[in-house]
Amino acid sequence: MTQFSSRNQALAQSLSDILGERIASMTEHCGQLTVEIPRDHWLDAAWLLRDEPGLAFEQLLDLCGVDYLGYGDDEWETAEATGTGFSRAADELGPGRFSWEERPEAGEIQNRFAAVVHLLSLKHNRRLRIRCYAPDNEFPVLPSLIEVWNSVNWYEREAFDLYGIVFEGHPDLRRIMTDYGFIGHPFRKDFPLIGNVTVRYDEDKGRVVYEPVEIEPRVTVARVVRRDSRYVDEKLEGTGS
Amino acid sequence: MSEIRNFTMNFGPQHPAAHGVLRLILELDGETVVRADPHVGLLHRATEKLAESKPFNHSIGYMDRLDYVSMMCNEHAYVMAIEKLLNIEPPERALWIRTMFDEITRILNHLMWIGSNALDLGAMAVFLYAFRERENLMDVYEAVSGTRMHATYYRPGGVYRDLPEEMPKVAETRWRKGKELERINAWRQGSMLDFIEAFTDDFFTRVDDYETLLTDNRIWKQRTVGIGAMSPDRALQMGFTGPMLRGSGVEWDLRKKQPYAKYREVDFDIPVGSNGDCYDRYLVRVEEMRQSAKIIKQCIAWLRENPGPVIVRNFKVAPPKREEMKDDMEALIHHFKLFTEGYCVPEGETYASVEAPKGEFGCYLISDGANKPFRVHLRAPGYAHLASMNEMAKGHMLADIAALIATQDIVFGEIDR
Repeated sequence: MTQFSSRNQALAQSLSDILGERIASMTEHCGQLTVEIPRDHWLDAAWLLRDEPGLAFEQLLDLCGVDYLGYGDDEWETAEATGTGFSRAADELGPGRFSWEERPEAGEIQNRFAAVVHLLSLKHNRRLRIRCYAPDNEFPVLPSLIEVWNSVNWYEREAFDLYGIVFEGHPDLRRIMTDYGFIGHPFRKDFPLIGNVTVRYDEDKGRVVYEPVEIEPRVTVARVVRRDSRYVDEKLEGTGS
Repeated sequence: MSEIRNFTMNFGPQHPAAHGVLRLILELDGETVVRADPHVGLLHRATEKLAESKPFNHSIGYMDRLDYVSMMCNEHAYVMAIEKLLNIEPPERALWIRTMFDEITRILNHLMWIGSNALDLGAMAVFLYAFRERENLMDVYEAVSGTRMHATYYRPGGVYRDLPEEMPKVAETRWRKGKELERINAWRQGSMLDFIEAFTDDFFTRVDDYETLLTDNRIWKQRTVGIGAMSPDRALQMGFTGPMLRGSGVEWDLRKKQPYAKYREVDFDIPVGSNGDCYDRYLVRVEEMRQSAKIIKQCIAWLRENPGPVIVRNFKVAPPKREEMKDDMEALIHHFKLFTEGYCVPEGETYASVEAPKGEFGCYLISDGANKPFRVHLRAPGYAHLASMNEMAKGHMLADIAALIATQDIVFGEIDR
């Protein structure tokens, strides 16, 4: 238990004492603890997190879905400089550059969908992030936390609507953000940024009609990943002037 | 005897008391609400997905458009999340400016709230008075950032520019001239800090004025006392934050409990309610306005004494000065790279939150090392509040729905995102 900073030491200790083998992994980044919990323990770990006095996370502040498809991908070769001339600019169907018809096939990746929860303990004045990956990419299902924290209700509806993660045991899992009768889950990485249908009022028909989108996908800046020493090794310091 | 059935009706999406585009489906037994089902999303713009396709700095402007009555607080959470991942610390003066503008924003928000809340419940005058004060603070926004509302003023590493030395004056028009113009420009003779100080000195009596109109007003109390009462336990269960939580008697304020910017160094109190009804939340917010003015005065005092840089001198994240760019090749390259490609944020994830006027506004940011965020999730306080509408409305009269929407301080920009 030495790999955590002093302010998280106590929390990490009580987490591993109480949750035990329910924890798949525990990491710290930017001074914040993240605990990964397997699907099978998601619900009973939640009860413990709320009710054990040593943890006492009374409040669930936030739950959101994450789609890890394309994590770390870039559109622009930076490591090998300009060896191939100027034709290296982004012209492929990168993130946000494809339409509904051209949407890329989601390849086989492990743990594509996850639900990330932010908890707050008022008693101990500390926060915790817990994450649970949905085992099946085709039909991601997770247990609902609604019995543990009632506030999760709309957050789970949102994650279902935008990512298609199904929460088992949620009493009212309807779409919340998108239109009535919407098809698809818009925040998935293989859903086009421009959407698939537009809606307008048709004078002749006297009603609202849905049509395929006409706008061109236009993402002006290429996605670039730079891992050279300037960005990684050197600690960025604000010395001011 | 004929069968009596419940009546289902739409409240909104076009309703003056719906505070935007709320479609609330109400099941009524006579005039009593049996079930309230809010349909949201009519203002959904997919801000979080849009942010995934743009360099980090391009999305700061979108944050203003979330909760469009507390603009800079939203920016603050987003910018803090980026700063945490980049591991940079803004200069001290920038932190004081942010503290001051967060509180100006809180007053802006609460003025909007007190005006529209009173208007929803039938009191016209408060709205007009509140907007008179709001206009002055809008001028401050404009003076510092160039726009009245969508400021894009906070940047990773500090704020965009220093406070102006001179507060812009109102020009003469056919309607604004002579004595009237002199009165308007009386506060604007000096710097922006002078103007804000004159405003805050005056503001305490303005808050007293609003209280004269409302606090002991018989109709106001009839419409708010005992309406939408939430116990502390339920408020926590439903994810309440901010004045909604404090109205129920839970003393929790991020500015005190998990201080950011310069809140550790300023002196202020947290007002707390006891009954958790609309009236207590009203009292909490009114007192918060006074406390905000108190914080602003302390910020002004510090900012007067301590000139200095307001943004980090690190050309990887903040642009070089215009003059430097003109005669330094390196600076020109930095400027070009920063405004075309942006900067790459090291891989990792973080959650940064601020005590926005409505509650905890959080930004959960995942970066995979690119110049664009991999995932941004924005935790809007109003979303959790509106989700409790069914619980709060059950058993109340139809007319109380307006009071409940107003007390939750609903803004659809942040709920629908």
